[in-house]
Amino acid sequence: MSLLTRNKAAKLADHNAGRKLFGSRGATITVWIIAIFWTIPTLGLFATSLRPKEEISANGWWNFFIHPHLTLGNYSAIFSTGTVSGISNGIMPFVINSFVITIPAVIFPITIATMAAYCLAWVKFRGSDALFYGIFALQIVPIQVALVPLLNLFTGGVHIGTVTLVPALHIAGTFAGIWLPHTMFALPLAIYLLHNFISSLPRDLMEAANVDGASHFTVFRRIVLPLSVPAIAAFTIFQFLWVWNDLLVALTFTGGTEGIDPLNAKLRGLAGTWGSHWELLTSSAFVMIVVPLIVFFSLQRYFVRGLLAGSVK
Amino acid sequence: MSSFWSDNLPKLGQMVSGIVIFLAVLAVIFFVAGKANGKKQRPLAILVFLGPALVLLLFGLLGPAIRTFLLSFKGSASHTWVGFKNYQWLFTDESMRIVLRNTIFWILFTPIVTTGLGLLLAILLDRMRRESVAKSLIFMPMAISFVGASIIWKFVYQYANPNQPQIGLMSSVARHLGFEPTNWLLTQPLNTFLLMIIFVWSQTGFAMVILSAAIKNVPADVMEASALDGAHGWKLFRGVTFPMVRSTFIVVLATMVVATLKLFDIVQASTGGNFGTSVLANEMYSEVFVRYDAGRGSAMAIVLFMLVVPVLVYNIYNLRRERSIA
Repeated sequence: MSLLTRNKAAKLADHNAGRKLFGSRGATITVWIIAIFWTIPTLGLFATSLRPKEEISANGWWNFFIHPHLTLGNYSAIFSTGTVSGISNGIMPFVINSFVITIPAVIFPITIATMAAYCLAWVKFRGSDALFYGIFALQIVPIQVALVPLLNLFTGGVHIGTVTLVPALHIAGTFAGIWLPHTMFALPLAIYLLHNFISSLPRDLMEAANVDGASHFTVFRRIVLPLSVPAIAAFTIFQFLWVWNDLLVALTFTGGTEGIDPLNAKLRGLAGTWGSHWELLTSSAFVMIVVPLIVFFSLQRYFVRGLLAGSVK
Repeated sequence: MSSFWSDNLPKLGQMVSGIVIFLAVLAVIFFVAGKANGKKQRPLAILVFLGPALVLLLFGLLGPAIRTFLLSFKGSASHTWVGFKNYQWLFTDESMRIVLRNTIFWILFTPIVTTGLGLLLAILLDRMRRESVAKSLIFMPMAISFVGASIIWKFVYQYANPNQPQIGLMSSVARHLGFEPTNWLLTQPLNTFLLMIIFVWSQTGFAMVILSAAIKNVPADVMEASALDGAHGWKLFRGVTFPMVRSTFIVVLATMVVATLKLFDIVQASTGGNFGTSVLANEMYSEVFVRYDAGRGSAMAIVLFMLVVPVLVYNIYNLRRERSIA
C-alpha cells in the first residue's frame, strides 16, 4: 500500500467517524420526532375506538392514558347482527364484500399480466417493443377518463351505427362488474413491473429450454412462473392494498347496490350518517384499516420491493 | 343470524366459483394450445399470452378514453354535438373557478412537500444506524385508505361549540395555546390545506422509501471520493447526493403530481367537495353521477388527462434513456 492511499484511508476514517457521531444522533432524534407525529392521529383513532361512548364526547382521547377505561363494546356493537344506528346486520356484510371483491381482483390481473409480460419479454415479435411502451404509457391515463364509457359498455354494449360490436354485459351492480374494471385498470402497471422482472431472467435458461424443444407454455409454467414468485408476491400485496382501499371504482361500479358495497365505500357514507357516533365510526374505521396494516407489516419487505421495482431502476 | 348467513354465504360462493372458472378456462386453453406444434406454435403462443391483456386494455382503457374524448364535445345526455361549449363552461363558469383554483393549489403544494419531506427523511435515515421501526411508522399510513385517513384526520380536526369540551386534537391544542378554535373544515381556504395535510401524511412514506433506496444505491466510493475532496453537509448533498438521486426524485415527484391530479377520495370522504374544497377529479364524479351531465364530466376528465400528459411523456423519455444506457 502506498503512502498516499494509506493517508487517504486515514483521512476517510476520520471523516466518517466525525460525520457519523454527530450526524447520527441528530438524525435519529429528528426522524423519531417525525415518526411520533406521524403516528399520533392513528393512535387517537385506535384509543377512541376502545373508550366508552360517554367518555369519548366528554373529553379528548389523550385522557385515555390517564384514566384508561377499556371497552370492546364499540366493536361488539358494529359486529352485532342487529340493527346498529340504521345499519342492519352491522358492518360484517361489508367486510365480506371487501374480501369477495378484492381476492379475485388480485388474482385475475396478476395472472393475465404475467402471461403478457412473458410474451413481451421473451416471445419477441415485430412491434413487441412498441406494444410494451404503449402499455407502459396507458399506465398514467387517469381511470376517470375510462369510467363513463366502461359503465355504458356494461349496461348497453358497444355499437357503431346499428352494428353491435359487443352486446350489453349486464354486469353492472354485480361482483363481476367490479372485478372486471379492477382487472383492466391494474394491467398497465402489472405488465410493466412484471416485464421488468421477467426480462431480466437469465437468457441461458430460456435458450436451454428452447433447445430442449420445450414449448412456450412449458417454459412459462416450469421456468418463468416459479422464478417470478418474488415479483408476483410484490405485486399481489400492492394490488391487494389498492383494491381494498379503492373508493372510485367501487362507487362507480356498484351503482349504489347495498348488497355488494365494500367496506371502504360504506365508510365514506357512514362518515356522514354517523357524524356524531365517533364510537361506531372509529371502531369501523379501525376494522377497515387493520386488514391492510396486517398485510403491510407481515409482508413489508415484498411490498417495498414491489414499489422499488416500479420506480428505481 | 341465519339471515346473515343466507345473505352472505352466496357471495363467498360467487367468489370461489369466479376464481375456479377463471383458472379452469386458462388451464384448458394452455392444454389445447400446448398441443399445437411446428409453425403454428409461435403465433398461437402470442395470441394466448397477449390476447387477454390486449382485449381488456382495448375495451377497458383505450376505447373508453377515445369515447370520453368524443363525449366531451356532446351535451349532457350525449345526443347533440355542442363543440367546445363544455370546455368553455369549465374554464369560465363562476362555480368552476374555485375548483380550478383548488386543483392548482393541490398541484403546487402537495407533490413538492411530499417528495421534499420524503427526501429529507431519506437523507436522515441514511445517517441513522438503526432505522426500521421509525421508518415503518412513517411508511404505515401508505397502507391506510384515503377514506380511513380522512376519518382519522376528521377526528383530529373535530370541533365542538365553545361551551363543550374539545375532543379534536387540533381544537384542543389551539385552545391550550389561547386561540378559540373554529370549525376548521368549514373555513375557506384553510380547509383545502387541511385536506392536503391528509395527502402529505399518507404519501410521504412512499417518497421516503423510494428515495432512501436510491440514496443507498449511490456507490460508496463516489461519496468517499467527494468527501476526500472536502465536500461536506449541504455541499456534498447539492454536488453529489442530489445529482445521483435526481432522476428518482423526479419520478417520485411525477408520481405525486399524477396522484394529486387524480385525487378524489380525500375530498369525497372529508367534505364531499362542499365548503369550497372540490377539485377537478371530485367535480368530475359529481358532474357525471350526481348532476348526470356526461358531457361536462367528460370534458373534465379530458382536462385531467391533458394535465397528466406532459408527466407521462417525460417519464417515457426517462425510461427509454435508461434502457438505452443499460
